[in-house]
Amino acid sequence: MAQKKITQQAYQEMTKQASPPTRSYLTIPTAFAVGGLICVLGQALLGIYQSMGLEKDAAGTAVSVTLVFLSALFTGLKLYDKLAKYAGAGTLVPITGFANAMVSPALEFKSEGLVLGLGAKLFTIAGPVIVYGVSAAALYGVIAYLFGLY
Amino acid sequence: MEMYLKAFLIGGLICAVGQVLIDYTGLTPARILVSFVVAGVALGALGLYQPLIDFAGAGATVPLTGFGALLAKGTVEAIREDGMLGILSGGLSAAGAGIGAAVVFGFLTALIFKPGDKM
Repeated sequence: MAQKKITQQAYQEMTKQASPPTRSYLTIPTAFAVGGLICVLGQALLGIYQSMGLEKDAAGTAVSVTLVFLSALFTGLKLYDKLAKYAGAGTLVPITGFANAMVSPALEFKSEGLVLGLGAKLFTIAGPVIVYGVSAAALYGVIAYLFGLY
Repeated sequence: MEMYLKAFLIGGLICAVGQVLIDYTGLTPARILVSFVVAGVALGALGLYQPLIDFAGAGATVPLTGFGALLAKGTVEAIREDGMLGILSGGLSAAGAGIGAAVVFGFLTALIFKPGDKM
């Protein structure tokens, strides 16, 4: 099954299987519900951290860190990918999906070695996300700097 | 309580957009993630994302568009404090804890768990 070999391609295949175009009446509401619930979990954590005295930005960061931790754990337990099969973008788009996209290939390619297997595959998807995200932010930074929009 | 509902609705909606893209454009998950982060940077740069965060809290910060908006926000804040160098340092500084967590927890998980074993 796809769970044995969760490569990037297999992951894409799984998402595809979970969301055939003809069944959008199922996939879109499921993605909405699961994604919404992950955000509700984030909101609950935000409340907890703020009540512990963290200020808004720090609490937000703590929420991201916690969600990333939970996602890594549930990916390791093979539960996240099971959920992702049904939830599609609902489990992909939240930050938990980003963490899952790092752990899944790293775990799968562990057998190819700790450096070029596990180490490199952590960045199969995180790499492009960071490359384009940071570059876009830097481009914005150049514009903001030149036009004094900061 | 109202915040939970808003987080659910906006967070759900952003994920539903991702699902529409998967279903109707065949964009791969990697491309969806990249697009959402870049879209978040753009919306953050235009000042459109902060109002959404004020409205929906985690509903706007948890999806990857929030990660993008954070990169944009960190960049201007760093420029304000450090000048030109902030263009390069701001994004990663702001997102540092999240990326650090993903790397460290990801590394440990991949190290500890066995591939393909079913629990």
